Amino acid sequence: MQTKKEYTITVYTENQVGLLNRIAIIFSRRKINIESLNTSPTEVDSVHRFTIVINEFEDVVRKLCRQIEKQVEVLKAYYNTEEEIVWQELALYKVPTDVIATEVKVERLLRQNGAHTVVIRKDYTVFAVAGHREETEALIKVLEPYGLIEFVRSARVAIIKGSSGFHERLKEFEHMEPGEEAIENEFLDKNEEIFTM
Amino acid sequence: METLTPKKETVSAPAVTTISGSKAVLEAFLAEGVDTVFGYPGGAIMPIYDALYDYNEKLKHILVRHEQGAIHAAQGFARASGRTGVVFATSGPGATNLVTGLADAMIDSTPVVCITGQVFAHLLGTDAFQETDVINITTPVTKWNYQVTDATEIPHVLAKAFYIAKSGRPGPVLVDITKNAQLQLFEYSGYQKCTHIRSYRPKPIVRKEYVEEAAALINKAEKPFVIFGQGVILGKAEKEFKQFIEKSGIPAAWTIMGMSAIPTDHPLAVGMLGMHGNYGPNVLTNECDVLIAVGMRFDDRVTGRLDKYAKQAKVIHLDIDPSEIDKNVKVDVPVWGDCKETLPLLTRLVEQKVYPQWLQKFKEYQQKEEEKVIQEELNPTTEILTMGEVIKTLNELTRGNAVIVTDVGQHQMVACRYAKYNQSRSNITSGGLGTMGYALPAAIGASYGAPDRTIVAIIGDGGFQMTLQELGTIMQFKPDVKLLILNNNFLGMVRQWQQLFHEKRYSFVDIQSPDFVQVAKGFGIPGKSISKREDLVTALEELLNSKGTFLLEVMVGKENNVFPMVPQGRGVAEIVLSKEEI
Repeated sequence: MQTKKEYTITVYTENQVGLLNRIAIIFSRRKINIESLNTSPTEVDSVHRFTIVINEFEDVVRKLCRQIEKQVEVLKAYYNTEEEIVWQELALYKVPTDVIATEVKVERLLRQNGAHTVVIRKDYTVFAVAGHREETEALIKVLEPYGLIEFVRSARVAIIKGSSGFHERLKEFEHMEPGEEAIENEFLDKNEEIFTM
Repeated sequence: METLTPKKETVSAPAVTTISGSKAVLEAFLAEGVDTVFGYPGGAIMPIYDALYDYNEKLKHILVRHEQGAIHAAQGFARASGRTGVVFATSGPGATNLVTGLADAMIDSTPVVCITGQVFAHLLGTDAFQETDVINITTPVTKWNYQVTDATEIPHVLAKAFYIAKSGRPGPVLVDITKNAQLQLFEYSGYQKCTHIRSYRPKPIVRKEYVEEAAALINKAEKPFVIFGQGVILGKAEKEFKQFIEKSGIPAAWTIMGMSAIPTDHPLAVGMLGMHGNYGPNVLTNECDVLIAVGMRFDDRVTGRLDKYAKQAKVIHLDIDPSEIDKNVKVDVPVWGDCKETLPLLTRLVEQKVYPQWLQKFKEYQQKEEEKVIQEELNPTTEILTMGEVIKTLNELTRGNAVIVTDVGQHQMVACRYAKYNQSRSNITSGGLGTMGYALPAAIGASYGAPDRTIVAIIGDGGFQMTLQELGTIMQFKPDVKLLILNNNFLGMVRQWQQLFHEKRYSFVDIQSPDFVQVAKGFGIPGKSISKREDLVTALEELLNSKGTFLLEVMVGKENNVFPMVPQGRGVAEIVLSKEEI
């Protein structure tokens, strides 16, 4: 029996108004919740990158990726499990400055959790932590007793461990007749090799 | 109403290359070979209509009576001709009225380009008069859409639009053009067709190894079965498909969308698949050892319950759209690519064979179906006419040469079950979306797409009332469309389900109809209504021989059911031939 798992979907796209919606509705149409979504430039000038995190069966994720790739402005979609990627999320914490100033323990806890200071004001201080979800979540627990005022976490950004970037790949796409690189996702019966690069 | 009225272009314009955005739209049409546009004017598309005034000679504009009619007409045009249908609509309600047609074209892969007017760019997002967020409304139902706010974008955006609509797996494209862009004058350096978009691969590259694997499977098969869909027609691969089945000797059944790709009387044609398809093809789907699906997408109306679908068979799937592979049915050998390319490769590798015993099985099931269903439907013993005998008589008179356009419901299933076709692009119907009201406007479009052919629109009493305003379009533009209403005084298909699955609780299916002949008369269209068998032949002859459009209403049995039927939630092999078996 298959189980739902966390998958990170990486989508390389053209930069076009409306594409975010086109991609988002592929999920909402199937009533699938997006856990996190990030858009970002890539190492290639005109190419954009979506990083989307969902919890689903692999079967479903594979079909979703194909539907995403079907969109005219999408160059490529990959999906990966957590083991296949390096990923980070950034969290910000706003804490009353007087507490930190007086409670020695807080300072130690912040250091233990790898937080660094972004802003110090008389009334509050903002800390940042980059890391995995458990790490950023752990610090909430830590800071709550000391009057955590505000917390926010970014979407996930992820790099696929096996990826060699998109420069070479893009050249393939720019050809009228793409080579095997550009069509590798169509090796549909070799699923493991397809999306993990 | 409008404040930004530009100066009219003077005859002695300083540079011949300076044109308006509106003119650029029409120039794009001409460059793409468009000669017919279906549309309806309105505030936000007025500059384009103003420009159209000067293109009267080169572009035929058919003024419909509702934008839904425009897009269904464009679909009918595309389906009959194999070309791209083109639509004009204004902003707001004009554009939202296109949505049903877009969804229909999307699910049935029909190439259509819609141009919608939009409010001035500076008014976007202000809830301006007749402003709707057309791009976002239409995103799920278009293959591609784009909003133009600057006229300089028009040539290359339209080039992209036509390329995307027609290439690969076709589909509807919508370009929303703000009024200021339509009015804007810009330096026009000609129109260049689009042939490549780097992020878009219309056709996957054919993988030889899969073609070889497929051929090996076919050559080993004892009971191979081909099922095909509209992909064969869209890929213009009818000849290649015929060569493939004729060499391999494999019996072939069609989906409703694939119908007419091969003549219905082809010796290897074994009928229609699906919920109201033929007995043999449905049952034997679960007996074949190799199932070869060509340009079809395993719709639930075709497969019935998936976990009881062709489990015993190795499945080969030829499709141009990689996302269709494994979507519904797990495939053993995916042969992606344009079937125009893959079929000849496969034909070369398969052995010349015949399967007389296997084909005989189809014939045996056909015989059973004849006895239990077809005989009574086509040669009824009842006094009241059946839909089937109307179609049978129609076949005899048209000899399978007509384009049959159907609406949605019982008459559609009966028409598709019994109509004879001897050439491709002869069956135009709303397959995936099941859009009632489709047939009348689609038939109008088909008459422009295939002007040399007889167009017969078969429509139910319910569906006809959904778009009957298009009789006005017929009145004005005089296309030659044979309108055949099969009137059972019910919303028949829903009634059938209520009878079979809801203890005959006929909830709001007893639809009343106007006097259709009188209605037609009001539009200047001659018509006739019959209910007796002895009038059938002459009435159909009158319909077919009339100069121009004619409306024939045939009163048929009120509570006739369409059988066979694969009840929802059952496997294809559990198809039933009568209500007693349900």
